[in-house]
Amino acid sequence: MSLWAIAIKSVRQRALASALTSLSVALGVMLMIVVLVANGMVERMFVQTATGYDLIVGPKGSQLELVLTSIYRIGVAGEPLPYRFYRELTSGKNNRIAQAVPITMGDVTQQGSFPIVGTTPEYFALPYMHESDGTPRRFRIRTTSRDGQHSGEGLIRNPFDSAIGAVVARQNGWDVGTKLKLVHGGSDGHVHDEEFTVTGVLAATGTPNDRTVFVHLDGFYMISGHEKPLSEAVARELEFFGNVSNESQEALEAEKNSSGHSHGPVPEAQKEVTAILVNIQGSIGEKVLAESRLMNGLNEGVQGQAVKPIVQIDRMMQTLVGPIRNLLMGLTSLIIAVSGIGIFVSIYNSMADRKKEIAIMRALGARRQTVLSVILAESTLLCVIGGLAGFVLAHLVILVLSPMIAGYGLVIDPWTFAWGELVLLPVLIALASLVGFVPGMTAYRTDVARTLSD
Amino acid sequence: MSLLLENISKNYREPDGGSLPVLKIERFELVRGEQVALVGASGGGKTTLLNVISGITTPDSGRVVIDDTVVTGMPEPIRDRFRAERIGFVYQTFNLLPAFTALENVLLGMSFSRGRVDRDRALQLLDSVGLSHRLEHRPGQLSVGEQQRVAVARALANRPSLLLADEPTANVDLSNQQTILDLIRSACTADNVSLLLVTHSISVAEQFDRIERLDEFNTAATLMPEGTP
Repeated sequence: MSLWAIAIKSVRQRALASALTSLSVALGVMLMIVVLVANGMVERMFVQTATGYDLIVGPKGSQLELVLTSIYRIGVAGEPLPYRFYRELTSGKNNRIAQAVPITMGDVTQQGSFPIVGTTPEYFALPYMHESDGTPRRFRIRTTSRDGQHSGEGLIRNPFDSAIGAVVARQNGWDVGTKLKLVHGGSDGHVHDEEFTVTGVLAATGTPNDRTVFVHLDGFYMISGHEKPLSEAVARELEFFGNVSNESQEALEAEKNSSGHSHGPVPEAQKEVTAILVNIQGSIGEKVLAESRLMNGLNEGVQGQAVKPIVQIDRMMQTLVGPIRNLLMGLTSLIIAVSGIGIFVSIYNSMADRKKEIAIMRALGARRQTVLSVILAESTLLCVIGGLAGFVLAHLVILVLSPMIAGYGLVIDPWTFAWGELVLLPVLIALASLVGFVPGMTAYRTDVARTLSD
Repeated sequence: MSLLLENISKNYREPDGGSLPVLKIERFELVRGEQVALVGASGGGKTTLLNVISGITTPDSGRVVIDDTVVTGMPEPIRDRFRAERIGFVYQTFNLLPAFTALENVLLGMSFSRGRVDRDRALQLLDSVGLSHRLEHRPGQLSVGEQQRVAVARALANRPSLLLADEPTANVDLSNQQTILDLIRSACTADNVSLLLVTHSISVAEQFDRIERLDEFNTAATLMPEGTP
């Protein structure tokens, strides 16, 4: 009869106490795994969302704020850049720029207050993020047809076309053909008269895109009140660039000569962009060089700045999210430690009743080390059974919660394993040895003759 | 020679720091296959003597020799294994493990020896004590007579050369006392096992060819107060 068989017998004899003790370990382990997996997923999604674009070009100011505004749609955009800045950036002077997609923000939807992003159709042709192995993830259009999802390319071709994220579609009950209006950003809450039509619903991406409504940039500019007053725009152009373009001068002339409001295309001077999402082309070395040239060139000037989103997000995760994660891990570790103390108390309390059993085993020829090992095997059994139950429970909880979490745009695979789970088993065995040692030593020191004669 | 005790002395330390002599035996021996009844007053040191012989307790001085092997002086782990393999023990209170079935209690006795756990032998032993129909019963589900029969089977499991029995019939009802005694004696005779059986029952002792009175060869007994182990 092996040590384990003897230990199992003992655990089964005290079935209720053993079950409760293991349950406390299971709950501790479950909490820890849920925290680990959730933290890992949030961190991964947060960091990977920043991998969609090599650089973000925007106005001067906080670099992190630029990233949070343009990619995560958190916070309020600062003073935008003139559209001419975007045109000149992409005019050929920076021949390493593969793509540069302008975005403009500020408005929200009337229903649900989802952020509006004005952009070009090219936005949907670019990968919105890259997997850790470098595989690009591209937009797909949700469809009910049997062939699954179509590529996101080709969305918002017309000025008043709109594409909506998966969460927007679900929460607002919107679909292709839905008409929507924009609420002007700021405190006035003015609802614009212009209507956009949903022409595509994006498949869930697990990124802030799921909670965004995209409209064509041209349509965005055509909304009355979005264009800067021409005289003000030209004055800013002069201040920003030190000169005024011919087109702006012509527009200014045309406005002076016209009697009322113009219904033609919006002059460039009146257009602005919140940020420009930039991808650089070339080999890794060429990209690094081009990125640093562009960043240095812009950052040393007074007009705008270029930031690497991944660097900003990494820094933020380390400074903000890191301590929170450590706090959570500390708390869950404490829960497991408390469970360990529970095992200790349970086994230690049982030692008074079991002294005679131990003495009988010793009288039958069991060595001191053998009875110590039986107690350690018991605590290991309780810890490992609890740990395995906690592991299964944790992933079942994630399985149940994942559809609800997906509703918030975060896609969680219930069978994703966190690195911490790998070390959980050895940690539990170490914990079992620790908590089983004191009662084990009580068994080790049992006075056989005295106990049997009592 | 199956058992030889030479110049054994054992003293217990008293709370006031003094020393209480329990055993003082110049010489005691048992030849292979011999069956001896050991009688003596309560507190005469009978249980201590059995513990010293089995190596559970070490004497302060003297030698315990079993099958020509000096047990005293052995390191404890080796003495434990020696006990598991060479000595069977039947207790007054049976000392079965309550969580284990009758069969498992016998198998447990085999677990601590070097030999393999022989399930067939355990079954055969339980059959020989008339418990083949109670294999899966736990001690709490057995009568006291049946419990003591399981204890006898367990004591014989490792084919010991010496069986120590400490009042094996004292807690058994009258109808089972003789059965238990006959079982122990016949099993020892069959396997040529030496038997040292402690009893204070004259009717039990009288069935043995050799009866030893502890107070006759334990000179410490005269010094001990009543109630000392």
